[in-house]
Amino acid sequence: MEFSVNHPILFVIVGLVIAVVLAQSVYFLVRAVKRAKALGIASQTVKKTISSAAVFTIAPAVAILVGVVALSKSLGIALPWLRLSVIGSLSYETIAANNTLTAAGMQAGSTVTDPSVFVTVFWVMTVSIAAGLVLVPFVTKKIQGGMMKMGMKDKKWGEIFNNAMFLGMISAFLGYVFCDVAGVVKGQTAGLIPVCVMAVAAVVMAVLGLLSQKLKIRWLTDYALPLSLVAGMASAIPFTAWLA
Amino acid sequence: MKKSNMTYMESVHRDGKYWGIGVGILLLLLPLIVSLFFGAMPQWDALLGGLIATAPMYWAVGIVEIFTYVPMLGAGGTYLSFITGNISNLKLPCALDAMERAGVKATEEEGEVISTISIATSSIVTTFIIILGVILIVPLQPILEAPVLKPAFDMILPALFGGLAVVFISKNAKLSVAPILLMLALFIFVPALNQSTVGIMVPVGVVFTVVVARILYKKGVL
Repeated sequence: MEFSVNHPILFVIVGLVIAVVLAQSVYFLVRAVKRAKALGIASQTVKKTISSAAVFTIAPAVAILVGVVALSKSLGIALPWLRLSVIGSLSYETIAANNTLTAAGMQAGSTVTDPSVFVTVFWVMTVSIAAGLVLVPFVTKKIQGGMMKMGMKDKKWGEIFNNAMFLGMISAFLGYVFCDVAGVVKGQTAGLIPVCVMAVAAVVMAVLGLLSQKLKIRWLTDYALPLSLVAGMASAIPFTAWLA
Repeated sequence: MKKSNMTYMESVHRDGKYWGIGVGILLLLLPLIVSLFFGAMPQWDALLGGLIATAPMYWAVGIVEIFTYVPMLGAGGTYLSFITGNISNLKLPCALDAMERAGVKATEEEGEVISTISIATSSIVTTFIIILGVILIVPLQPILEAPVLKPAFDMILPALFGGLAVVFISKNAKLSVAPILLMLALFIFVPALNQSTVGIMVPVGVVFTVVVARILYKKGVL
């Protein structure tokens, strides 16, 4: 079969795999919704969880789509479509592709025309990120069981432990927001852009939270996070023009 | 054990395991299937070079990520997230926000269920948006690549964690001081820490905060 990075057969294969991945999500969604009912969680709560998760996902998903476009220049559309629909990220896939293209003596960014180079990139992208894929089916029950046991032994500590994990993750990302501010002393103000964006998102979130409490507008809380996310992202445009 | 005798959690683990193994094998076989279709073998030296340059670091990070994210995602959330990816930038914030608003705890079955619902919804919506984007890629490409929009997509993480931080810091003010100070100091003064290394710092932040929490808890501060 004559090879091209956008060969129809690639779309068929990728489409089938994505259908399977989608089926898994639907399966777990249906089971969890049923279980929520059995546990007596209000159907209103379930509906709100679904609608706000869907709204929240839009902006990050469009950002992922930007990644598909970026990678499609050298790899066609089908492979980036698959890779960014399953475990991995734009930065990981780009690094994996570039490492392989370099090893194959190709320039990053030029369209792959040799099928053997294409499958080589495919192999490296798949295998290098497979730790979670291979291990999660076998270790999750153990880890999760340990957490549940701890929560039962000392309920208060279980909760604090969980909050501490969340805060630990959030603090790492807050630290990252400030990673380039040291450049300001040398006159490089671009490092302030993420700080300003974060501040805008934080202020919008706080204001929406207060508004919904004071004015009793429930739906504001449901969409506060996506609204603050989009406000922060939009503010990046003027901040970048000003500070970069 | 018969299905009817299983608890919900047990059945989630069983189903998650089977789905995980099935989808995992499928994903790992795909490069081989494509090889066969085009009658093309990989270039072995480039394969080896690419793997050596990529796999050790991402396997190390991947293993640490399992221990960091599994307790936070819950069982169902884990089985889905480790297939569909985008954990720290999408699935976990989505689940945290959902559990917070529903007023459920991650350590209880209610939290498990809400987390699973939000992560499954997020996975489904992401998949559809990408499918739509792939179908409409020709008209969409100039918009998605417009230079004026680039800063917005580059700044998605600060915008996301700004909002999330307000919620979690305001509810855990005492516990958040130490980890935030540590991470600010590390990221500001260690030049090697940036967007590509933040993933490695997440477990550091998590372990540090848990230790601080334990000390404060024992002292009765929390």
